[in-house]
Amino acid sequence: MLSKGLKRKREEEEEKEPLAVDAWWLDPGHASVAQAAPAVASSSLFDLSVLKLHHSLQQSEPDLRHLVLVVNTLRRIQASMAPAAALPPVPSPPAAPSVADNLLASSDAALSASMASLLEDLSHIEGLSQAPQPLADEAPPGRSIGGAAPSLGALDLLGPATGCLLDDGLEGLFEDIDTSMYDNELWAPASEGLKPGPEDGPGKEEAPELDEAELDYLMDVLVGTQALERPPGPGR
Amino acid sequence: MARRAGGGNDIQWCFSQVKGAVDDDVAEADIISTVEFNHSGELLATGDKGGRVVIFQQEQENKIQSHSRGEYNVYSTFQSHEPEFDYLKSLEIEEKINKIRWLPQKNAAQFLLSTNDKTIKLWKISERDKRPEGYNLKEEDGRYRDPTTVTTLRVPVFRPMDLMVEASPRRIFANAHTYHINSISINSDYETYLSADDLRINLWHLEITDRSFNIVDIKPANMEELTEVITAAEFHPNSCNTFVYSSSKGTIRLCDMRASALCDRHSKLFEEPEDPSNRSFFSEIISSISDVKFSHSGRYMMTRDYLSVKIWDLNMENRPVETYQVHEYLRSKLCSLYENDCIFDKFECCWNGSDRTDREVSWAA
Repeated sequence: MLSKGLKRKREEEEEKEPLAVDAWWLDPGHASVAQAAPAVASSSLFDLSVLKLHHSLQQSEPDLRHLVLVVNTLRRIQASMAPAAALPPVPSPPAAPSVADNLLASSDAALSASMASLLEDLSHIEGLSQAPQPLADEAPPGRSIGGAAPSLGALDLLGPATGCLLDDGLEGLFEDIDTSMYDNELWAPASEGLKPGPEDGPGKEEAPELDEAELDYLMDVLVGTQALERPPGPGR
Repeated sequence: MARRAGGGNDIQWCFSQVKGAVDDDVAEADIISTVEFNHSGELLATGDKGGRVVIFQQEQENKIQSHSRGEYNVYSTFQSHEPEFDYLKSLEIEEKINKIRWLPQKNAAQFLLSTNDKTIKLWKISERDKRPEGYNLKEEDGRYRDPTTVTTLRVPVFRPMDLMVEASPRRIFANAHTYHINSISINSDYETYLSADDLRINLWHLEITDRSFNIVDIKPANMEELTEVITAAEFHPNSCNTFVYSSSKGTIRLCDMRASALCDRHSKLFEEPEDPSNRSFFSEIISSISDVKFSHSGRYMMTRDYLSVKIWDLNMENRPVETYQVHEYLRSKLCSLYENDCIFDKFECCWNGSDRTDREVSWAA
């Protein structure tokens, strides 16, 4: 450990990966530049915002303010683009080809739901800290993830990007787990979905992608956090 | 009504003193993340990304001359926060100091609160300029004397020594914030203080570290409904039951702790309607308030958003009484600023000592 007050040597900074965006739309002469008070945003602005959202969520601990502002801006842009009959033929950035494809097909609800599920994952991670959670965190048990999204094709909006977004370590583990279990301080062993049975807990809509052993381990960690004693489940 | 800052062309700004390395090669850990004067202005505390706090003190001799300020020199340096690792979430907790607040001085020692993303610490900074000499059982260098060699007794006396400034942690307030702490504010009762993160505000007692009260919680039951976060919070300078918090949507809520234990319902909501001629996709981002400060009188508050500083009268919620455009020339460049993320930068603001309306504005990105 360094002595107190000593300057440290400069550490090598990780290079921020540059956003792969074709910046032609910044040209003030271009027709679809989104400057002050445009009627309709260019799809590049939309793509840029989606990239920012991905980039933000890829952080190990996303800046919530940045995330919320980007999501709200994205919703605004998307709302203004929805009534547009046809978009100008713009080159989409290679990172999110599916976004432009699905743009016209998806509803606003789908976009909200996909962002919702991404924000949900955020809350899973945050909700597992050892910080004492206020009772306002309690959610009614049985609330399924993703809200009442009319179309579960929501996650398609972000396409293959979702997969690589969420399969790093902890984030992938929490994808299918109902938040309500972890937010609830008065959680008891009889709560649904916690019995280590071979079947999935009620309320889970998607087939669990994670290993059942991992799920058990996760449960045990949470049980330990909640200071409840449980016998180890039957081995599989 | 927009007005030029500083009363027009009368005020010229310049640096009176520059501290630190001016060259380009600055270590990441040395980047200053927060600054705060104490109440008298004699001390200036800075926090950096490496978790250190450096306190500067104004030279004493020049203080009596009102027109020329004394220079600030390093008074004390200490490591406030260390990087930590949250094993449950597999996340590193940065040691960067987000905010420093001084406590009002009650005795010879100075106290300040410093916070990183998760933990607040109370530090005592005290001076030592005398030391006892003439112990019977110890030599001057500290070695113990053989008691059998002691033939006479003497009384130790205090002798002057070179000034030594010591910083010691007196309280550690931890484990109460799930999200990143952005504000701390000491109450006028000098017994309690609040800490705010993106979604919650907690009330602490300065003497009690194992417990805090949650007084604001804007976390929605469904995270998918999250559209707004808390950006700053401050206690009223005179009413110990009143505080305000600002949001990323450009609103300020004033809350009264006497109304209920959980102040989710505001007593007042300050919000200026959007100017339709200036509307853009980035309207919300630039309306996000980055700092809120009460005037010393408590009658007004100042808010800083991306392009402007606004002065609000607490008696009027629907619009500010004054608006100052700080860098209006950026308004036409919002697209570029969005692309390079500079549009998300945060600025602070503060009142000058006398709460004059042509107030001074300082900002640090």
